[in-house]
Amino acid sequence: MPNLRPSLATNTGGIASPNPFWLASAPPANSGRQIQRAFEAGWGGAVWKTLGVPIQNVSSRFGGHTIHGVRGAGFTNIELITDRSLEVNLREITETKRLFPKNPIIVSLMVETESQWREIIAQSIDAGADGLELNFGCPHGMCERGMGSAVGQEPAVNERITGWAVKYSTVPVLVKLTPNVSNIVPHGLAAKRGGAHGVSLINTIKSIVSVDIDRFVPEPRVATKSTNGGYCGSAVKPIALHMVASLAREKDFGLPISGIGGVSNWRDAVEFILLGSSTVQVCTEVMLRGYGVVEDMIDGLEEYMRTHGFTSIAQMVGKAIPNFSEWGDLDLNYETVAKIDADKCIGCQLCVAACHDGAHQCIHPQENTRVPRIDESECVGCNLCQIVCPVTNCIEMVQVSNGHAPASWNDFATQGAPLRPKKGAH
Amino acid sequence: MNAPLPTNRSETAFEDFKLPLLRDAAIVEANRCLFCHDAPCIKACPTAIDIPQFIRKIATDNIRGSAKTIFEANILGMSCARVCPVEVLCVGSCVYNDLEQPPIAIGRLQRFATDVAYEQGWKFFQAGADTGKRVALIGAGPASLAAAHELRRFGHACTIFEKRTTVGGLNSAGVAPYKMKADRAMNEVDWILSIGGIDVRTGITIGEHISLADLERDFDAVFIGVGLGVDSTLGAPGESLEGVHGAVEWIERMKLGMLDLSKIGRAMVIGGGNTALDAVRELRGLGVANVTMLYRGRREVMSGYVHELAAAQSEGVAVEWQSVATAFAGEGRVQRVSCLRLDDAKRPIAGSAFTLEADLVLMAIGQSKLNAMFAGFHGVEFDHGQIRVNHHGFTGRKGWYAGGDCTNDGKEVVNAAAEGKRAAHAIDAVLSGAHHHA
Repeated sequence: MPNLRPSLATNTGGIASPNPFWLASAPPANSGRQIQRAFEAGWGGAVWKTLGVPIQNVSSRFGGHTIHGVRGAGFTNIELITDRSLEVNLREITETKRLFPKNPIIVSLMVETESQWREIIAQSIDAGADGLELNFGCPHGMCERGMGSAVGQEPAVNERITGWAVKYSTVPVLVKLTPNVSNIVPHGLAAKRGGAHGVSLINTIKSIVSVDIDRFVPEPRVATKSTNGGYCGSAVKPIALHMVASLAREKDFGLPISGIGGVSNWRDAVEFILLGSSTVQVCTEVMLRGYGVVEDMIDGLEEYMRTHGFTSIAQMVGKAIPNFSEWGDLDLNYETVAKIDADKCIGCQLCVAACHDGAHQCIHPQENTRVPRIDESECVGCNLCQIVCPVTNCIEMVQVSNGHAPASWNDFATQGAPLRPKKGAH
Repeated sequence: MNAPLPTNRSETAFEDFKLPLLRDAAIVEANRCLFCHDAPCIKACPTAIDIPQFIRKIATDNIRGSAKTIFEANILGMSCARVCPVEVLCVGSCVYNDLEQPPIAIGRLQRFATDVAYEQGWKFFQAGADTGKRVALIGAGPASLAAAHELRRFGHACTIFEKRTTVGGLNSAGVAPYKMKADRAMNEVDWILSIGGIDVRTGITIGEHISLADLERDFDAVFIGVGLGVDSTLGAPGESLEGVHGAVEWIERMKLGMLDLSKIGRAMVIGGGNTALDAVRELRGLGVANVTMLYRGRREVMSGYVHELAAAQSEGVAVEWQSVATAFAGEGRVQRVSCLRLDDAKRPIAGSAFTLEADLVLMAIGQSKLNAMFAGFHGVEFDHGQIRVNHHGFTGRKGWYAGGDCTNDGKEVVNAAAEGKRAAHAIDAVLSGAHHHA
């Protein structure tokens, strides 16, 4: 194994960064002093909380989703873009740039008319922005005024405004995409046609995080009412990964991606990078735990790279994309069964309940031992037992040979390739 | 019907050994539970509480549902949460032990749910429609209380006869105060009796105020839940000196009243069971500087729980293993105990005599049996001093059932609760004509 110290330096659309960890445009990137503290803690870059015409916010603004006792496993907000004056924000951008010249500051923007775009872009670049991020994603408050996701949901509008920004900007332009669409690809392509240098995704997902069941009001509650918020945090990571990967594998796309959505640790970051992101943006985990979480992100990523022999982020970007396939190309003749390591088994039998009630009834209790028995002739290899098992590596999914050559549904449909007999389908 | 407790009692000096869980901590702990299938903890509970289910309900903040799950299985769930030796029951069987992670704090979670239920005054059970049948219960301890409550749910009228003035049996008068104090046990008695239709007559000794024949004549069934008798004695010289007491009797006085231990510098407890371990811990907790447990066997064979011994030793209790007391001496009251070492076959070792100073000696070597009470009462048979019952709690004499310490030689409160409930079901099956036990 090579023992070279990997470089975490990366670049998204021409915006160079000492590491791939950026603060997303959000409360942790609201002010100069905050972002300076973040850079001191080790964050590579920061996307300044969206500038525009300052707004008035409500209280309360945030809602947490507690899942099996884990607070903030999902998170929602109904906060809008910056409520601070443009002058203050611009002055702090300049000051922060002066103190941290090597850390990119990407300024998020959201205004309405072409002249407003032109003006705020010039002001941001004058202040020291290394890049711009066009906020086409905010799903609440701004979209009702014809901005945010109202733009991101209309490819033609997206393309036109992106075109303005690119025309007026002398620094790279990233377009931040909304996930509140049925298919992300046309929206990424619209940004590309507009001339964007890269995209950031995902913004938050339209949501109602919970309901106050005593007051009969959704949350977060503002006096006696609430509204839809933007869902984020660990819980949204699978949706974000899918959208990032969908663009990354689109042959007509090809733009750099800054991945966002539930990045809470180095492992999440690695997943986003392997699916095509060259940087990742983090908000919720910082809101829940503070800037200090970046230390483990950096350490963990570096150790992962060392273990796998990567010396640069570029070597990792999109590494898993060739293996993100269509269902019709999956090998229907590939067969696995679950195996229980009796020495590791603690006899909780969660696998018995899960298999009997949630899968294919092939894991059975046995006499005289708490270790269950797997009927491999019935096991469909679904993974459920392995997922519920509380003991690491106690249940393994093991490939078994069935004598059938690999064959996908497409092979079967087009060439009549022979398929193995079904299991558990009686 | 319950004699009022003095507020100032020796036992009130104690704090809880296991602290209660606050709501947030309870929810965190509850969320650790794996919700095992066919869970080992349920099997380890004599009352078979659906533990994963009650814990899941705590995790979802459904505390009322949680408490109902507990009480449905064990009406003494509040006291059992405090006094059960969970280390050798539910908690000891938690699968986390095999994962070398802390097992779920089942007892503390049960205490949380049941304490909330008591605080909130939730009631879960109603008496059944009156059947016109009457059941007598002898003794007002956990076994009879569990039986009576269950019988009331079936609609049978209950009368409990208790020789003391205090109701609750050893739950009130015997439980180590760092687990539960008498006032809490009496809260539980009131809570159980609030189902209504349970007539408790205290100060009634069977064979003295009422005969067995009277009971048989006046009631459709009788449940015997009399517990054990007085502390056994060694029969050694000097045992009648002042300062030598039976441990159970001493513990009762400590729990229900105020003892003066100011002149006790050294105390000895003779025995190796859980009563002995309770007594040594109680003496230390009450400020006796030097407390020694004297046990005739080796550590490996003592009947007291290992976790209780460990706690006692960590609290500074000394143990003399394989030793017996042969005589007690002192001027006016006990001051010295003559002792001998025993070999592995429990034979005295020549030349091993030694003397220990003690201002107080408690005998925790067992309790007498109550055979005499039923002498000549055909069908109620004894086996090693314990009333013999089948797996329904039936004695063999038509209409007579038994459970608790008098049938199991002194197990836990939870065993008494299970046996009382079991007998109630058997009694109901017969009284309602559904089933005949013979």
